[in-house]
Amino acid sequence: MSADRLFNLGFDLATTISILALVSIGLAITFGMRGIINLAHGEFIMLGAFATLTGVRQGLNIWLAMALSAAIVGVFGIVVERLLIRWLYARLVDTMLATWGLSLVMVQVVENVYGSVTEGIAVPVGDFSVGAYSMSSYNLVLMASAVGGVVVTYVVMRRTRYGLHARASVQSPTMAESLGVNTSRINMWTFGFGAALAGAAGALLAPLVGVIPTMGQTFVARSFMTVIVGGPAFVAGPVSASGLLGFVENVSTNQFTPVIGQAMLLIAAIVILRFMPQGLTGRRSLR
Amino acid sequence: MSANPSVTGRRARRHIYRLAVAVAALALTAAACTSSDDADGPAAETAGAADAGTSDTAAETTETTTVDTSDDDEETAAPVDTEPIRVGSLLDETGPLNIYGTPMADATRLAIAAINAEGGVLGRQLELVALDSKSDQAEYIAGADQLVAEDLAVVHAGITSASREAIRPIFDEAELLYFYNVLYEGGVCDRNTFVTGVVPTQQMQVLIPWAIENLGPRLYVLAADYNYGQISADWVQEYAAAHGGEVVGEDFFPLDVAEFGTTVSEVQDASPDAVVSLLVGGAHMSFYSQYAAAGVNADIPIVSTTFGLGSEQVALDAASAEGIIVAYPYFEELDTAANAEFVAAWHSEFGSDYPYITDLAAYVWEGWHLWADAVNAAGTLDRDAVIAQLESGVSFDGPKGTVTLDGGSHHLIQPVSLARANTSNGFDVFETFENIPPTFEQDVCDLIASPDTNEQFTP
Repeated sequence: MSADRLFNLGFDLATTISILALVSIGLAITFGMRGIINLAHGEFIMLGAFATLTGVRQGLNIWLAMALSAAIVGVFGIVVERLLIRWLYARLVDTMLATWGLSLVMVQVVENVYGSVTEGIAVPVGDFSVGAYSMSSYNLVLMASAVGGVVVTYVVMRRTRYGLHARASVQSPTMAESLGVNTSRINMWTFGFGAALAGAAGALLAPLVGVIPTMGQTFVARSFMTVIVGGPAFVAGPVSASGLLGFVENVSTNQFTPVIGQAMLLIAAIVILRFMPQGLTGRRSLR
Repeated sequence: MSANPSVTGRRARRHIYRLAVAVAALALTAAACTSSDDADGPAAETAGAADAGTSDTAAETTETTTVDTSDDDEETAAPVDTEPIRVGSLLDETGPLNIYGTPMADATRLAIAAINAEGGVLGRQLELVALDSKSDQAEYIAGADQLVAEDLAVVHAGITSASREAIRPIFDEAELLYFYNVLYEGGVCDRNTFVTGVVPTQQMQVLIPWAIENLGPRLYVLAADYNYGQISADWVQEYAAAHGGEVVGEDFFPLDVAEFGTTVSEVQDASPDAVVSLLVGGAHMSFYSQYAAAGVNADIPIVSTTFGLGSEQVALDAASAEGIIVAYPYFEELDTAANAEFVAAWHSEFGSDYPYITDLAAYVWEGWHLWADAVNAAGTLDRDAVIAQLESGVSFDGPKGTVTLDGGSHHLIQPVSLARANTSNGFDVFETFENIPPTFEQDVCDLIASPDTNEQFTP
């Protein structure tokens, strides 16, 4: 295999993994930290994409619009947590039902505002060539953002007071509360943080996909699979699962066909969960 | 009290995980189902569609009146009868398929209003019973049953092929005349069913020779992985071979694939003269963005028989869409007096900021007018008389020009135009071919000679 083809393969692989990590890390936080199965996760991604679209159309710089979108979706997440989620902690099935309902409402509201088809935005950077292959420079942005998202999450959760309190609230809520941690407030921030990461993923994907109200469905299944395969560790989980699943999908798509790529992805997930029912990081407890 | 909190905690967590796995599995299936519906704009899997529906939920009635007008003399159209003629429509106005359904539903209302404004049918006004199938296969079955019970003169319904194959037998059984106004994979041959949509052979016989002559003989096919994509890909092979071209690569994509990095590389590997896109639906839109983001669109142009059906040229930014060549019977930009009038009527009804009047909208418009003209010419609503009239080769001059019903195949002979996506989210039409016949359907289907045929032929 020629050097340029090899580089190209690695580049595609890194892109696939980055996208998986981006769309799943927000979900990993709400699920891993709080056990909330947020079925509106795809719609949070969609909201981020629409916020970016709107920002750009209003004349904002695209990078600024993306950053704002993450913040907007984060705030939206906080509102959702206060109004909906906080009544439902430890009621798994109820949260699923509530967030699923929320996802339907979000799709319809966005559709009523924007219509079923709305104008897309351009990829803000150009392309580059290595040997015979032309590649999108924007994919480098995706990779950098995925790494950035992981690092930010790690730092927030491990190096800040909020992170300490958040982990304490998960491990032993009663003990944390008796030591003066406002767990209800902490839960609110955690959900907001997860939502902001979903919003950032949507913002970053906006130039690369068709931004339509139903786009969340394309990503939600993938994010869930990644998070479940990854297991409860909110940083190591999605990172390891994105890497593994992305590798399986990309290589089998490349060697065979896209259909087999999709099938192999599912088979890999099933096999992993058969032997590691709690995911790749299942044996590690939250600390 | 629990003796060992950490053990119960772990058990609880394991329980959560089991549930979560179940949810993920559910989400995946749901995504697969909806996105397969989602994508089926131009038709879908035909087999097993009918058994999807044992729904008990009736589709929502949006415009029915509560007045019962089921007098029997409606059928015979007594001259003194001034009761409205009730007609039905069943389309996906909500849910993911509404990128196709919304313009079709709007076209339905506009067509009914226009026919009524011109004096109606047999001197009577039309009254529309419009149901929303909500992008849900089960709603189609329930909706079709409801329409059958409504005592209607005709039904124009269905978007995906799966939906058509689910409801077509219901209308056959009820002897309720049925129009299917959608671009699809072709081959339906049924005396009770009339199709106004274009079929692959009509687009391919225009697009593929043009691509080979103007871009080069080596084609790379990217297709949605269901029967529309599979059948269309076969037609590309056939037309390419017939015109001195060859297919150098072929990839099929499940409908929820939204990442095309590997594909963009493989296309570059094969370095064809053109890419033939038969991609369908919201997720597949991503291909065009990612192809353009890698800068390949400048070197290897795309031709397509599906791009634009879901208003892709609007949803994508202009730089990704620009230069893609498509072949359809209708474009909003068609430069004819009839179309200018049609577009003006559309904009005055639905607002001048309407995203795009799609090809599908034009089939709906023609379907209703062909039916209305045939009933007026037959002088009766009697189904056999109307079918005989339609089979006599009726024509209609609509926004795209003259379309003629091919009596034997129940498909339309219609113009097909080539157009290039431009930088303002629209198309520039550059060549129009009149009277393009549905060759495959004409070959396999003759309902005048054998009216009892009822099947979908595949190449």
